[in-house]
Amino acid sequence: MQAAAQATLDFLKLYWAPLLCGVVIVAVLPLIVGYIVLVERKLMADMQARLGPMRVGPHGLLQPIADAVKLLIKEDIIPDDADKVVFWLAPVFSVGAALLAIAGLAFGPAFQIAQDLNIGLLFVVGISALGIFGIVLGGWASNSHYSLMGALRSSAQLVSYETAAGMALVCGLLFAGTLNIKSIVAAQVTQGVWFGFLAPVAFFTYLVASIAETNRAPFDLPEAESELVAGYMTEFSGFRWSLYFLAEYVNMIVVASVATTLFLGGWLRPFANVRWLNFLDLLPPLLMIGVAGYCVLRMPKQPTRVQQMFMLAVAGLCLVVALVLAAPVLLPFVKPSLKDAVAPFYAGIHGGFWFIFKVSVYIYFFMWLRFTIPRYRFDQLMRLGWHFLIPLSIINVLVVGAALIVGSYFNLQGWALLLATTPAAIVTLVAALVILSLDQKNQARQESTAATDFYAG
Amino acid sequence: MLDKVIFYFFAGIAVSSAALMVTRRNAVHSAIFLIATLLATAGIFLQLRAEFIFIVQIILYVGGIMVLFIFVIMLVNLDVALHQIKFARQKWVALIVTMALTAQIGLLFWTTGKMPGQGFPKLTALPANQLPPNAEEVAKSLFSSYLLPFEIASVLLLVAMIGAVVMAKKRT
Repeated sequence: MQAAAQATLDFLKLYWAPLLCGVVIVAVLPLIVGYIVLVERKLMADMQARLGPMRVGPHGLLQPIADAVKLLIKEDIIPDDADKVVFWLAPVFSVGAALLAIAGLAFGPAFQIAQDLNIGLLFVVGISALGIFGIVLGGWASNSHYSLMGALRSSAQLVSYETAAGMALVCGLLFAGTLNIKSIVAAQVTQGVWFGFLAPVAFFTYLVASIAETNRAPFDLPEAESELVAGYMTEFSGFRWSLYFLAEYVNMIVVASVATTLFLGGWLRPFANVRWLNFLDLLPPLLMIGVAGYCVLRMPKQPTRVQQMFMLAVAGLCLVVALVLAAPVLLPFVKPSLKDAVAPFYAGIHGGFWFIFKVSVYIYFFMWLRFTIPRYRFDQLMRLGWHFLIPLSIINVLVVGAALIVGSYFNLQGWALLLATTPAAIVTLVAALVILSLDQKNQARQESTAATDFYAG
Repeated sequence: MLDKVIFYFFAGIAVSSAALMVTRRNAVHSAIFLIATLLATAGIFLQLRAEFIFIVQIILYVGGIMVLFIFVIMLVNLDVALHQIKFARQKWVALIVTMALTAQIGLLFWTTGKMPGQGFPKLTALPANQLPPNAEEVAKSLFSSYLLPFEIASVLLLVAMIGAVVMAKKRT
C-alpha cells in the first residue's frame, strides 16, 4: 500500500505540469468551442445580412453558455433498436481522440503537454484520425438508414483524403527534417522562412484535405442536412449530440494547429529574425487596445444598464490582456537590465498570441468557405480526392524533393531556397492542369458510355 | 512499480479484449474489442519507449485497417452471417493450429531456460532522455542495412496496388 502511494507521489511530482495543462485544456476547450460556434453564427449572419444571436448578453456574447446549459439538461434519447453500449461509446470515442490529439500540439514554446515528443506531428495526425470510429460506430449503432449512410460516407471520405493530407505533410516535413513539433518551428527560425512559402502547393493540398477531414462545408457530406437529415448524428440528442459537435470543432482546432505549425511558422512572429521589424511586437497589445476602444465606443448604444456594464467589463479585460502582452516588450526599454529576465515571458506570451492568432485566421477561412461555396455531390468529392488531390500531392512530394536536392547542391538557404522551390511549384501546377484536363476527358468519355452501363464508375 | 502497473494495465486490457473479440456474437462488437487490443498493444510499445512503432501501430492498424474492417462489416448483412456460423468447419483446424502455436511457445521458454545464458537476456533500459530519437533510428536502419528488403516490400505493395486498379477497371 505504501509503495503504491509512493509511486503515485513520484508520478505526480514528475508529471504535475502536463497533468495540469491537460485538465486546463479539457476544462477550457468546450468554452472556446462554444465561442467559435458563436463567431461562426455571427459571421454567417453578417454574410447573409442578418444580426445573428442578439438576445443573451450584449450582442449575444453569452449565447454559448445558454446553449451549453440547454444541451446539458435536454432529455437524453436512445432509440429502442439502437445498440446501447456502442451508442454510448461512440461520441466518447470521437471526443477522446480529438482531445488526446491536442496533447501533442505546442501552443507556444512553453505550452505543450507531451513535452518534446519525438514523433510529435505523427502523433497528432494519427490520434486525431481515430475520431472516425466515433462517427462510424455511432452511425451503425443508431440502427437508422440516414445514420448508416452518413457513417459510410464519412469513412470513405476520411480514408481518401487522409492520403492527400499525409502527402502534403510529408512535403512540409522534407523542409523541417524532423517530426518533433518544437524542432519543426525551430527549423523555420533557422531557415528564416515559413514552409508555407516554400511549399505553397502542399499547403493548399493540406487546406483542402483538412476541410474534408473535419467534415466541414463544402465537404460536409456525412451530415448533409438536405440529403441525410443530420447524417451520422441523426439519432443523437442533447449531450451526446453536443459531444459530436465538440469533437468536430476540436478537430478543426487540431488541423488548424498542424497547418500553423508546419506551414505558417507556429508561434513565430511574421519575419521573426528580421531586426528592423521588431516593432511588430507592439501589434498584439495595440490590437487588444483597439478592441477595448471599440467596446467603450459601442457602450452608450447598449439598451440596458447591465449590457453597458458588460461591455465595459469586456473592454477592461482586453486592456488587461494588452498590458500583459505589452509588458515584456516595453519593460526592457525602461530598464535594460531586465531584458534577460523578461525574455522567457516574452517568448511564452507572444508565442501563444501569434499561434492562437494564426489558428483563428485558419478557422476563419474555414467558416468563410462554408458560407461561400455550395456543397459538393458525393461522386464529385471522391473524384476531387482520388483523381486530382492524391496524384497532385504525390507529384508534389517528388518535385519538392528534387528541388531540395538542387537547393542543397547550390547551398541555398532561407528565402534563397525559393529559387529552387518556385520552379518546383510551377512544375506541380502544370502537372495539375494536365491531370485536370485528362480527368475531364475521361469523365466526358464515361458519361457518353454511362447511358448504356448503369454500374459504370 | 509504476512501470509494472502500466504494463499489467495494458497487458490485461489486451488479453481480455482479445478473448472478448473471439467470443462476441456480433461482428461489430468483435471489431471494437480488436481495436481495444490493438490500442493496448500500442500502449505497451509506448511504455517500451518505441514511440515510432506505437504511432505506426495506431495509424496503420487502428486508423487504417480497422476502419476498412468496420466499413465492410457494416455493409455485410449480419443476420445471414449468424446463420452461416452453424456450417463453419474451421473449429477443429483452429484448435490444432492454436495447440501447435502454444506448444511452440512453450518449447521456446523451455529450451531458453536450459541454455547456459539462463533464460531470456535481460537488458537494462537507458533513461528516457538518453535514448536516440526513435523515428530517425528506424529510418536510418531502414534505408541503410535493410534497403533491399524495404525496396522489395515497396515493389510488392506497388504490384498489389496495380493489381487492384486492374481488377477494378476490368468490369467496365
